[in-house]
Amino acid sequence: MAFIDRIKEIMSSSGIEAEVSEGKGFIKVKVPLEQWEEAAKALASNGFDHVKTVTIVDYKARGVFEVAYHVSSFLDTGLAKYIIELSTEIPRDNPVVKSLVGIWPSAEFLERESFEFFGVVFEGHPDLRPILLLDEVVAKHPLRKDFVVKEEGIFR
Amino acid sequence: MSASPALKDEIKLPGMDLKKIGKDLYEVFIGPQHPGSGHMRIIIRVDGDVIVEADPDLGYVHRTMEKLAEGREFIKVIPLMERMAILDACNITLPYVEAVEKLMDIEPPPRAKYLRVLLCEINRIASHLYGMGIFGVFLGHSTMYMWPFGDREVFVELAEKLTGARLTHTYAVPGGVRRDIPQGFREMAEKAARYMEKKLEDYKRIFLDNPAIQKRLVDVGVISKNLAAKLGIVGPNLRASGIRYDVRIIEPYEAYDEIDFEVPIYEEGDAYARAWIRVMEIKQSLNIIRQVLEKMPQGDPLHEKFWAKAPKLYKTVYETTGRAKLIPLYANLKVPAGRAIARAEAGRGEVIYVVESENKTKPYRVRVVSPSFRNAIVFKYIVPGHRIADLPAIYGSIDYFPPEADR
Repeated sequence: MAFIDRIKEIMSSSGIEAEVSEGKGFIKVKVPLEQWEEAAKALASNGFDHVKTVTIVDYKARGVFEVAYHVSSFLDTGLAKYIIELSTEIPRDNPVVKSLVGIWPSAEFLERESFEFFGVVFEGHPDLRPILLLDEVVAKHPLRKDFVVKEEGIFR
Repeated sequence: MSASPALKDEIKLPGMDLKKIGKDLYEVFIGPQHPGSGHMRIIIRVDGDVIVEADPDLGYVHRTMEKLAEGREFIKVIPLMERMAILDACNITLPYVEAVEKLMDIEPPPRAKYLRVLLCEINRIASHLYGMGIFGVFLGHSTMYMWPFGDREVFVELAEKLTGARLTHTYAVPGGVRRDIPQGFREMAEKAARYMEKKLEDYKRIFLDNPAIQKRLVDVGVISKNLAAKLGIVGPNLRASGIRYDVRIIEPYEAYDEIDFEVPIYEEGDAYARAWIRVMEIKQSLNIIRQVLEKMPQGDPLHEKFWAKAPKLYKTVYETTGRAKLIPLYANLKVPAGRAIARAEAGRGEVIYVVESENKTKPYRVRVVSPSFRNAIVFKYIVPGHRIADLPAIYGSIDYFPPEADR
């Protein structure tokens, strides 16, 4: 059985309506926001033991943030060669998503980082504070697309 | 016990901010001016000299690399990202280059793959030597600081011979590498390898087999196998906890699947195992460098798609000197739309890039997670329970590098 079919099976057996597709260097698993936590639990109980990145992409034109966790396994060498991208979309004007730190403790600092750069609130995170930036910078959500880097413009 | 009020102003510890919290609890700010590698702070709470809570405070050398990357051409992102770990420049940017190659659907020629592996391993040795030197100075072992820092120079010079730059080489570019092996490189590499093998024995003698060092490292900062997996730590630290995870064998990239090498594993998970594993990895890297120089196939260092568009002068330069100059085509490289993910095993662990393009000359989003950022969680969960005197030993053993973590 192809690996992608195994992921499809994991999702459907947990009753999750996931769009599973092959990406370049990863397998994309897109789930609805309501089933976010269940999807993570399904992956975690099937051996995906850590989070590599928490990646947020700002699609300003569509008014959404894409929240993507790239997960894989350390202990199961059969799974280790795959990267699963568990993703969902949240509205830009109400950027709240359930924290997955309870399922994957390795996401703790990564969620804090996404929180400060995008203003995305991870509900249920045990310690949601900025980690790299100062508070006044955090307020501007520097990685959002509407934050434009100011240049001196001397050579313009 | 409180000081006489008359002495209050006199008894201040320079550089330390002490605050009494509870009856027996003090908060101590360690850093950001560090005796060792600097630029990060750990806020600890101590009961006596036992640490009960630790809060790593990062970001002192944060440079908004992800935001800056959105404002520059694809090729210019490479020298930007290199700045997070200048000694480890090829390793730390390689996944970015690979992700762009995935989006463009091109594969570098076989010779370029070998050349990339060559520089990656030179970088890995230099990075480990740096980490070992910092480790030495953290433990007050000045010789272990001076020796690896001096020996690091050998591999910095080797990288210079190969790429033309001591650090931040921007060697791997989409489609290949920027230079071929210069004359006399093989002999130089062999000399460096022989020298290093001799020096590793010296390190063992003065540092690893030193009873004072063993007393400070054995059973200190133990990370169990399961905890290591849960915390998501990477690199030599993970392998020192008994997990056989190395991107070079898990998902071999470039020419690693054609090379025969071992990945050292230690089961103990303590600071002593983390000291040993770096020495053993340097041995393996020397082995890889020798194999690369032996097995490397002939051919162009750049993908023909790019090479065909190079001006004639460039080809003449390459044929006479072995240097492939960066061809003008790269300045406005348009990368097809889509998302690609690539990872590599850098000196300090797995580095991963998510690159998103919308068919323009600049990326839409570049997400990078560096090994040191993923290792920082150790300070929060492993340090509590140890004494203050153990903190430098744990910090040093993790090979935490703030510029790499902060990006």
